[in-house]
Amino acid sequence: MSRARNAIVAALVLLLGRGKRRRHTEDTPLVQPGPPNTRAELAALVLLGLSAMSALGFVLVYAFAGHLPATTQLFGLTLGGALIFFAAALIVVGIKLVPNEEVTEAYPPWEHPGEQQVLGEVLEESGSRFTRAGLFKLGLLGAGGALGLAALAPAVSFGPLFQVRQFLVTPWRRGRRLVDENGRPYKASDIEQKNFYLAFPEGASDSQKEQLPDSLVLIRLPPSVLRLPPQLKDYPADGGVLAYSRICTHAGCAIELYRAPLFQPDEPPPALVCPCHYSTFDPATGGTVTFGPAGRDLPMLPIYADAQGYLRARDTFNGPVGPSWWGVRMFKQHPSSGSGGA
Amino acid sequence: MSAPAPLTRRAIRFVDQRTGSAPYLRKLMRYLFPDHWSFLLGEVALYAFMVLVATGIYLTFFFVDSTKEIVYHGQYAPLDGQKMSEAYASVLHISLAVRAGLLIRQTHHWAANVFLVAIIVHLLRIFFTGAYRKPRELTYYIGLGMLTLALLEAYLGYSLVDDLMSGMGLVIGYSVGLAIPFVGQNLMNWLFGGMFPGSHALWPRMYIAHVLIFPILIGMLLGAHLLLVMLKHHTQFRQKRAQTEHAIVGVPAWPGQAPRSIGLLLGTAGVLFLLGGLVEINPIWLWGPFHTYDATNGAQPDWYLGWLIGALRLMPSFDLTIGHYTLVPNPFWGGAGFPLVVFGFLFLWPWLERRFTGDHSFHNLLDRPRDAPGRTGIGVAMVTWVVLVFFAGSSDRTDVSWNVSYIGQIHVYWVAIWVLPIVFGLVARRMCKELQASEKVLAARHAAEARSRLARVRRSGGG
Repeated sequence: MSRARNAIVAALVLLLGRGKRRRHTEDTPLVQPGPPNTRAELAALVLLGLSAMSALGFVLVYAFAGHLPATTQLFGLTLGGALIFFAAALIVVGIKLVPNEEVTEAYPPWEHPGEQQVLGEVLEESGSRFTRAGLFKLGLLGAGGALGLAALAPAVSFGPLFQVRQFLVTPWRRGRRLVDENGRPYKASDIEQKNFYLAFPEGASDSQKEQLPDSLVLIRLPPSVLRLPPQLKDYPADGGVLAYSRICTHAGCAIELYRAPLFQPDEPPPALVCPCHYSTFDPATGGTVTFGPAGRDLPMLPIYADAQGYLRARDTFNGPVGPSWWGVRMFKQHPSSGSGGA
Repeated sequence: MSAPAPLTRRAIRFVDQRTGSAPYLRKLMRYLFPDHWSFLLGEVALYAFMVLVATGIYLTFFFVDSTKEIVYHGQYAPLDGQKMSEAYASVLHISLAVRAGLLIRQTHHWAANVFLVAIIVHLLRIFFTGAYRKPRELTYYIGLGMLTLALLEAYLGYSLVDDLMSGMGLVIGYSVGLAIPFVGQNLMNWLFGGMFPGSHALWPRMYIAHVLIFPILIGMLLGAHLLLVMLKHHTQFRQKRAQTEHAIVGVPAWPGQAPRSIGLLLGTAGVLFLLGGLVEINPIWLWGPFHTYDATNGAQPDWYLGWLIGALRLMPSFDLTIGHYTLVPNPFWGGAGFPLVVFGFLFLWPWLERRFTGDHSFHNLLDRPRDAPGRTGIGVAMVTWVVLVFFAGSSDRTDVSWNVSYIGQIHVYWVAIWVLPIVFGLVARRMCKELQASEKVLAARHAAEARSRLARVRRSGGG
């Protein structure tokens, strides 16, 4: 009995083993021998030597960098050279020194219908003891979903949600003086035509100055060119000093160009231009968009010159500052201003 | 056949006895690579990613992810005494004080640019040869996912430096996000920890996303991508008669392909380090620190964002509003809508093609572009569209360099981006059909010549 089994096993091993061995030699021919190529071998060795020297050169440059000019260039040359010489050596090896005969082989089968069948059966049969499978799936889904929700909940702390108000708060209120980068208050007489000034609210800290509603553009236009709509008529100070938000209503970059180089010199109207996407605003008409992608006028700040000539805000902006969001136009009246016009 | 050295044998035995991996390693060594230069584009992307990880790890040892304001007293005299963030100061330190720091930083930046070039050219190869078709759709979708992540990852890296240019890029991205209908404001508040320029948590968030979350996501997708490629094997062109849908012809991974591929890895890295050492990229010390109230003219982003700045600049002035209710602010169209359309097209294309051609069969053989005139035409049209928008993004440089009116250029682009894609697409489709026809003529002539030769042979044999 056991002898018979042993004989069968031995015969099977012999048969299967032989079959395997034969397939092995047919499917995957072992690396084919070729004639030596001493020139290519030498070339590859020289390239490897150059690579090593270059890499050592990098170490030397690193060690003596304090005494060398143009170290970044030397670093790049030596390290890049070491890598490229090594690469060249390997490519010589790949093309000239190792057999790279093309081999033909069968693609794997498109699919395995038998295995698919088994998988399907296993999955179907493993649920045979459940009487209310549908309900159970719902339970799994519910518990899993709730756990997922619990896992995500702490992420809400990332930032303030549902707070439109912070987008409307500005530091500008009646009486606040306009100062330059160094905190020096501007006088109306400081603002000259054809010039372009950066202004902040007096007393703003460095981090407050970075808030979008803080920074202003100040310019002066001759009263003759002003064509402000009626509701903005009293926004300028001293007849022609205009204060606009410095932040473009398109994508939030700073208005950094005044009468841009992008306009031909024979195009006279002055313009405030954002250099990011060239949104162009006409300061004479209340910051209306004359070119470029911005969809909203540049917000204007009403200002006046006090008895000493210092520029002060008379109220806050006539619209929300900075890039637009959904519903931005519903908030034209600025809630933080309160005081209304003067 | 010389016997392997005893040491090699002992090592192999050790590994196999401990891991049982000999059969798999043998399969791996004999994995076949069909030979075509365009099959190496994906490899270049992989190697650029490796360089990015290696140089990036080095940079993390020096970078400070903080916007805390300090007064600069470092190597670069022109910025001495300026207030700036610790982040920007640390990158100045890497660039100007750390030995070989500038090499590593510039190589990192170059590698990011080359990474995206390689991915996009690889994508074009995949598209125009129909390599995405069944059974390789998943490989294709994963590749598109990696492209999306790579774009965001590169943008994050550019933003982290906190120089003037990076800040301008960041506020534009913020504005695009803010413009997303309904959710934009909450989404940006959530990501930035408040209104721009955000809370102090923003930099740690961007940093951990750039150095951990995104690289790991890209790495995982990369693994899945390569695994799927290997499970289904490479596609191939029908070059000789040997290549069929069922038989693959290629060079085995070992020893034929390995030296070439490792050579390509080292070559890619070598070129990137040469670029990093010899060709200046993003000299951040010249831009100065970012302030929300500062900007500079003539700023250009890295090339892979050129299509988005072009789209943002091309949009005419309008927000979508209903009465006083602003539905969609302008930056959404160029910054989010345009890339959504492009990526939507790419994601939907395999399905669209199946629908319109009715081709639901498996494919291992690649098309040449001429073999599918419809696909090639539509692909050329899409490429033309995106490339034109890309060039529109550099209209300001054209204005400055050649004094061509910026406004005039924008008006020309408004027409060109809709007309030229259609023209180029139709021309490409026609060219494919002509090429097919000429091939048929050639084949017919060869057949006729063969017949007449045969007839001559018969006659002479009979006479």
